[in-house]
Amino acid sequence: MITMKNVCKSYKVARRNAGLKQACKSLFHREYETIHALSDVSFTIGDGEMVGYIGPNGAGKSSTIKILSGILTPDSGTCDVNGRVPWKNRMQHVKNIGVVFGQKSQLWWDVPVIDSFELLRDIYSIPEELYHTNLEELQELLDLKQLLRTPTRQLSLGQRMRCEIAASLLHSPDLLFLDEPTIGLDAVSKLAVREFILKRNETHKTTVILTTHDMQDIEALTKRIILIGKGQILLDGSLGDIKEGNATIDETVAQLYRSYNI
Amino acid sequence: MEKKKCGLQLYIHYISINVRSMMQYKSSFVLTVIGQFLVSFNVFLGIYFMFQRFHQVKGYTYSEVLLCFSIMLMEFSLAECFARGFDTFSTMVKKGEFDRVMVRPRNEILQVLGSKFELTRIGRMLQAIVMFIYGIACSEIQWTVAKVLTIVFMLVGGMALFTGIFLIYAALCFFTLDGLEFMNVLTDGAREYGKYPIGVYGKRMVQICTFIVPYALVQYYPFLYLLGRRTSGVYVVLPLLAILFMFPCYGLWRVGVRHYKSSGS
Amino acid sequence: MKKYLSFFRIRFLMGVQYRAAALAGVVTQFVWGGMEILIFKAFYEANAEAFPMTFQATTSYIWLQQAFLAFFMAWMMESEIFDSIVNGNIAYELCRPVRIYSMWFARSVANRLSKGVLRCFPILIFAAFLPAPYGMAAPESISSFLWFLLTMVLGLLVTVSFCMLIYVLTFFTISPQGLRIFFVSMVEFFAGSVIPLPFFPDKIRTIMELLPFAAMQNVPLRIYSGDLAGTYLIKPIVLQVIWLILLTVFGYFLCRYAEKRVSLQGG
Repeated sequence: MITMKNVCKSYKVARRNAGLKQACKSLFHREYETIHALSDVSFTIGDGEMVGYIGPNGAGKSSTIKILSGILTPDSGTCDVNGRVPWKNRMQHVKNIGVVFGQKSQLWWDVPVIDSFELLRDIYSIPEELYHTNLEELQELLDLKQLLRTPTRQLSLGQRMRCEIAASLLHSPDLLFLDEPTIGLDAVSKLAVREFILKRNETHKTTVILTTHDMQDIEALTKRIILIGKGQILLDGSLGDIKEGNATIDETVAQLYRSYNI
Repeated sequence: MEKKKCGLQLYIHYISINVRSMMQYKSSFVLTVIGQFLVSFNVFLGIYFMFQRFHQVKGYTYSEVLLCFSIMLMEFSLAECFARGFDTFSTMVKKGEFDRVMVRPRNEILQVLGSKFELTRIGRMLQAIVMFIYGIACSEIQWTVAKVLTIVFMLVGGMALFTGIFLIYAALCFFTLDGLEFMNVLTDGAREYGKYPIGVYGKRMVQICTFIVPYALVQYYPFLYLLGRRTSGVYVVLPLLAILFMFPCYGLWRVGVRHYKSSGS
Repeated sequence: MKKYLSFFRIRFLMGVQYRAAALAGVVTQFVWGGMEILIFKAFYEANAEAFPMTFQATTSYIWLQQAFLAFFMAWMMESEIFDSIVNGNIAYELCRPVRIYSMWFARSVANRLSKGVLRCFPILIFAAFLPAPYGMAAPESISSFLWFLLTMVLGLLVTVSFCMLIYVLTFFTISPQGLRIFFVSMVEFFAGSVIPLPFFPDKIRTIMELLPFAAMQNVPLRIYSGDLAGTYLIKPIVLQVIWLILLTVFGYFLCRYAEKRVSLQGG
């Protein structure tokens, strides 16, 4: 069970204007601007639920994910993930979560994938038996048999993403964050990844929070979506609620963004 | 205790995966090692030609200076080899890879140290060892157990000191990525100018290097003991005092991590 | 020509923006200079007779070297250029109607100028206020100052044209890092940044002064401090011009050859 209540977070960023004169000016004086990444965000996600967390770039998606995964401390508000406050006692918290950053890799570039997995086994202190059952299962479902002995750098993007997902699940977390897991993948890999996530959620009751710009992901995976824009939750409901007539999902979401002016 | 053992095992696992990665590029590895050797070879040549002309400086002979330089170089290369993760920490922060560290249930420092193990620093180390042997052979040091211990302590203390400085650098990366070049003064600068016993630079410099950044503890004072210019046993253990320097560095790192958690960048 | 000027401009603006980096550079170079001078002072005290330059000329040399570090240091190369060659992004550049060599040349000069201009004044001003002989002295004469400016520009161009060779050679190697370290250490040593050339034994020095590396910082810095003057000026300046022409022509054609190879092999 995840609850976030009245969470606020703001940052200060330096502003810089174009041109030589401005550049010289900024040598001596710099202007700052406060950005409200999250203002008063609240929601609850139940165990085993799969939620699509969507919104345009800079809406506050990654701040939310960072808070939930214990990387970021909010300015105010409370948050509870399965009885834990993520940013307090980080180590206890992250033992039970898995994170896939679609744009970054957690596998060692030059060594076979299995070597990275074994390092992860040691990092998470996964008991040998559990490691083997998990590896066996993930290997089966994600079709990794041929890949594990290959160095990461020789894998295609789709193959790599399958390995990345497996890497994040080796320690059987009960909460999984997927940050753009299908970005840049070809159709076959996308389908494979989606199918796997669905299955995983079904069999292990893993709670999944998915952020993506690919609305087909949302359509295929989640019943519930949370829409965030300008740091606020704008909508929390099911896809069916917002879909009008036979508009495609992309049109629906674009319409939504327009109507909220984000 | 069990936990500690696990930490060490994990670290060894990290090193092994680092080495395996590196061995994928053997020729590049060899070339970089040679490159590392060349860089410090320059410094050596500089010393060589200066001594061709001047023969001694502040009463130190050529072989004595080489001995001093080689010990400093060893201290530095060891620290660089093991603490390279801190030295390149800015890239880690820039690429957002520290987020990955934060979502894993392990000590952050252990993970950062494990992220990079720079075996190419052997190049420097090799050169240091050659100079060290030459320095020992030519200097007229009367060897005792205490003196051998002094060298060991110098290496340990020096490695700790430089690791501490790298840690400061990494901690500062949490606050800003601009302008950290000034830290080069403390790292590369110390390696570069630590080739001569600090006394050469005058009394003021010795004071700075004793009380502010304690280089003199791992270089000047124990070195005087090695040469027999000081005889008190205190000089033997003085280098170990430099380990204390790591505490404030660690404190700064903690502050940095806290800042990272509140700013997220 | 206009497009290269605009590469120059954009790079220059970029370089000027990093104020913290510039400040850090100033501090670093100031400490560096101070330490160098302390070493040379110790050697001077060890044997003043053996000193090949006046002590004042040496300190001026050191301060100028620190102030204009960005102009002459071979290691200040642009990793973006190396990266683009290694990861194949160079293909995009090849699609544009520009000469790679000229573009990188303009870019490197701009980069060095912007870094150098930001950093030199604070260092020079601080150094000028230090008591003699530790501070920076005024130039020997107006004419030597003018020659200094001219040879500095030449020296900068020679440095850039040599670095261009290193970039271009990256096309032909498996280990750009190794190549880079090798050449950079060579330049450092022969150009007189480890110790100024006059400190080398005469025989070695006569040979070193003929090499392209001596046409970089060695000439302007020694002219300023009055170590090179009168008829002694002619040879190094002529050498600077010759090396500049040779290096750029060679680099240019090597680059053309490399481009062809890339387009044939697909990177």
